[in-house]
Amino acid sequence: MATAEKFVGRSVLRKEDPEFLTGRARYTDDLSVPGMLWMAVVRSPYAHARVKGVDLSRAMATEGVVAAYSASDFEWAGPLLMAWPVTDDIKNPPHYPLTATPRYAGDGVAVVVAQTRGAAEDGAENVLVDYEPLPTVTDVEAALADGAPIVHDDLDTNRSYTWANTIGDVDKVFAEAPVVIKERYRVQRQVPNAMEPRAIVVEPNMASGHYTMWSSTQIPHVLRTAMAIATGIPESKLRIVAPRVGGGFGSKLQVYPEEALALEVARKLRRPIKWTETRSENFVATHHGRDQVQEIELAADEDGKIRGYRTKILANMGAYLRIIAPGTPVLGAFLYCGAYEGEAYHIEITGVFTNTTPVDAYRGAGRPEATQAIERAVDALARRVGKDVVEIRRMNFMPPFTEATQSIGGLMIDSGNYPATLDAALELLDYDQLRKEQQARRDAGDRKQLGIGFSTYLENCGWGPSRVIGGVLKYAGGGWEASTVRCHPTGKVVVITGATPHGQGGETAYAQVAADELGIAVEDVEVLFGDTDIAPSGWDTYGSRGAAVGSPAISMAAKKVVAKARKIAAHELEVSEEDLEYADGTFSVKGAPDQSRTIPAIAFSAWTSHDLPEGVEPGLEESAFFDPQNLVFPFGAHICVAEVDTETGDAQVLKYVAVDDVGTVINPMLVEGQVVGGVIQGIAEALYEEAVYDDNAQLMTSTMTTYAIPAATEMPSVVTGNHVTPSTTNDLGIKGVGETGTIAAPPAVLNAVVDAVSHLGVTEIERPATPERVWRAIRDARGAQGGGA
Amino acid sequence: MIPAPFDYARAESLDHAIDLLGSSEDAKLLAGGHSLLPLMKVRLARPSLLVDIGRLSDLSYVREDGDHVAIGALTRHHDVANSELLRTSVPIVADAAEQIGDPQVRHVGTIGGSVAHADPASDMPAVLVALEAELVATGPGGATRTIAAGDFFTGLFESALAPNEVLTEIRVPKTTGGYSYLKFHRRAIDWALVGVAAARSNGSVHVALTNMGDRPLRASGVEEALAGGADPAAASARAAEGTSPPSDAFGSAEYRQELAKVLVRRALEEAMG
Repeated sequence: MATAEKFVGRSVLRKEDPEFLTGRARYTDDLSVPGMLWMAVVRSPYAHARVKGVDLSRAMATEGVVAAYSASDFEWAGPLLMAWPVTDDIKNPPHYPLTATPRYAGDGVAVVVAQTRGAAEDGAENVLVDYEPLPTVTDVEAALADGAPIVHDDLDTNRSYTWANTIGDVDKVFAEAPVVIKERYRVQRQVPNAMEPRAIVVEPNMASGHYTMWSSTQIPHVLRTAMAIATGIPESKLRIVAPRVGGGFGSKLQVYPEEALALEVARKLRRPIKWTETRSENFVATHHGRDQVQEIELAADEDGKIRGYRTKILANMGAYLRIIAPGTPVLGAFLYCGAYEGEAYHIEITGVFTNTTPVDAYRGAGRPEATQAIERAVDALARRVGKDVVEIRRMNFMPPFTEATQSIGGLMIDSGNYPATLDAALELLDYDQLRKEQQARRDAGDRKQLGIGFSTYLENCGWGPSRVIGGVLKYAGGGWEASTVRCHPTGKVVVITGATPHGQGGETAYAQVAADELGIAVEDVEVLFGDTDIAPSGWDTYGSRGAAVGSPAISMAAKKVVAKARKIAAHELEVSEEDLEYADGTFSVKGAPDQSRTIPAIAFSAWTSHDLPEGVEPGLEESAFFDPQNLVFPFGAHICVAEVDTETGDAQVLKYVAVDDVGTVINPMLVEGQVVGGVIQGIAEALYEEAVYDDNAQLMTSTMTTYAIPAATEMPSVVTGNHVTPSTTNDLGIKGVGETGTIAAPPAVLNAVVDAVSHLGVTEIERPATPERVWRAIRDARGAQGGGA
Repeated sequence: MIPAPFDYARAESLDHAIDLLGSSEDAKLLAGGHSLLPLMKVRLARPSLLVDIGRLSDLSYVREDGDHVAIGALTRHHDVANSELLRTSVPIVADAAEQIGDPQVRHVGTIGGSVAHADPASDMPAVLVALEAELVATGPGGATRTIAAGDFFTGLFESALAPNEVLTEIRVPKTTGGYSYLKFHRRAIDWALVGVAAARSNGSVHVALTNMGDRPLRASGVEEALAGGADPAAASARAAEGTSPPSDAFGSAEYRQELAKVLVRRALEEAMG
């Protein structure tokens, strides 16, 4: 029988797009429930204070206000979930939804509930809070210094934890190496800005004690458990629905105070409650990303062959440890050697409390930080030993491998071919010609100089093998994924997944996987997710796990369906199972292909159950749980060509090439979308976005005006290329793609900018490389060289 | 997100608008709304009464008036940018208007609103100061007075307009010599970190600066140097004289002063080249 064309590997158009493109998608803020009240949160303007009193009387007298509460009006069954205590002695002061000791500007101190959103905001403005301001600290190094203000006064330090890992004889390698370089980087704090701000609707059923919460979240399943812990409402009476979610980038991988508050207020008032975040609130009350101070040392031979890696990270946790915050830097802890070989490796990460918005996962979570450190340090090493940046990478790459192989950073990597993606990327531009042009501009002293930057990254994702993440990594949750495949009697199929997508196109990719297993059309597969009553099990979407962990579970459930269908087909065709061939959804008798049964036909038989074989249950529906044995390890080569105006410091990306190896590709269009989107976000990280606090721990960049998210006008087009080295972690060969762009792009861009002005003596430009920073770097380098323009 | 409570009235005529403005202590005019509404949403602006003049279409025009071009205050930036009359008679105005914000802003924001808001980071004020434009204000009873652009901007978000006056017309002298409006910003939608308007007329070059102080500033040091025969490079060295730019999230004062020198040189090269 001829094999029909498979759906996996094809750029199938997104099944979910018609409702988005026609504006018919329903987000949480679109929802309205009869009798619904609005909630507004009163936030501390002080970054550290003691609340001496809260006067709710004026708020209660405000027109339309129904109720107002301060912290003391709530009794919580437990704190907000913190799921990753990375060390045994980690300091983790419990975090409750409202506080009488605000520890960052934006920390909630009261809530007001009213008939309308406007009335709730009017009421919130009328809550009179008597604050006693306390001293603040925002910078990690300042927070660890003697005499620093202490964020949690029941602790005697701002140090939450120190996590370390050593492989090989690091001291010896460094003592013996002829070349040692030491670089220091500041990875600036960023504010995630999903297109859709957070939103929550809670509807109680006071008769049954059930609660439904709609929330713009990435993690309905985790949220259900966390809400049970915080409120004491049994999980069996909680239904969490994540309807259409307009982006998250990690910021909605969180359990937020407002979610617990909305649930608890709904319980108190026996009324539905709604809350929608304003963009201003998003800046202070949704968790932030990055914010590290890094020191990385490389030990090398004279020719640039790297022998050892030694890294020290100070990671800003903000005011509280949020859901996976301590583990976020640890996600990158094995990647400070990139895709390179070595003999010894040491890393030490210290998590630090400050009076700032809590920091947690942001697209890439720990891995962009690691990649920017090693990729920039490799460039610094190349400058030190006088090697081309391509050559130094080639000579240090791990050689290609197709079976799991140990890295010096401590990873068992599924498969890799690092030279291949670099070669492929170099084919997409004329490197020699670019170097010639660069030299010509340098010789001519042109106002605009050219730079070429590389990032040959390796990352770990596809979160994750439960035994590993719960073992050595001390993560409190699991990493498996669940799916159900249900064949309806008419031949249409429903796939249920616990890997809840929120904009990535998972609905389409999952349908492609199921359609191929069952030999049906993508259009005949409906994918359901994001409602804990429909998809009760799963760990949701983050850490590039949807395709890598979610789809294998779907494939497994579909294979179980096929196995059961085979029994029924054999019975109906009166042959043994071994006498059947299966291809493209059809069982046929070997040697008699006209004797056949399709999956839809068997689904009908299983539904009527008139003549099933002995011991076979009615229905054609199977579930599977997939727990991978390892992570997956995408890699690739990104090249950025940038132009720097040496008079103004303005840096522009002229050309950007990205070749990513994400293993087997389900849908090339979706992969390209993820890569391009991630690269754009990474360019923004390198050149534009930065959260800045002033001396009183007030966020200075708290609006879209002052926090510079670039738009299409500022961005280049991105040329993508693909290379496939199948993963050995799952049978489909899939690696993850959701975060490669933000992991790879920032160092490629920064390396290009530094390269453009390195002939002027510039060796380092702090991130983001704003025009002023570039201008200062050039001026300082010229000053140091004692030369004029 | 939701503004504090306010009253709203739609003006049926200019006289009506002026009456309404005088009827309430904290009344504000609403034209395109691009500066006012965001401030109201975060409750930093709390007008008691919004007087909507958006429908006074007879305040939207560009017409020839002797050796001037008269622009109605309610003319949208987009219409200023695309006015054939401005393109031929005062091209710097059209050119600068085209650099304001993004297409959405240019289709809704008005030249009068932008000027009356007196934000030193806005583009049009420096252009008008460089051109020595005249601004026509209309008060109670239809009384009008003409204010020189150089006198109109009195401080940060402060103008010479009386509380019950409406800016009704902007009169720019025809200026067809070389010109340049250069604006340095990180994103197209950003205000200028620094902007430079340079326009040549009757043998002299006028230069004004955006966002280099609490109001648009005339770069008199530069003009003086040019009058004395200095070339653009030498003249631009005096660009930071008398400026007091802000230090903020976009850049330090020191950087802005250096940028001003670079941009003035480039603008002069363009205008005089």
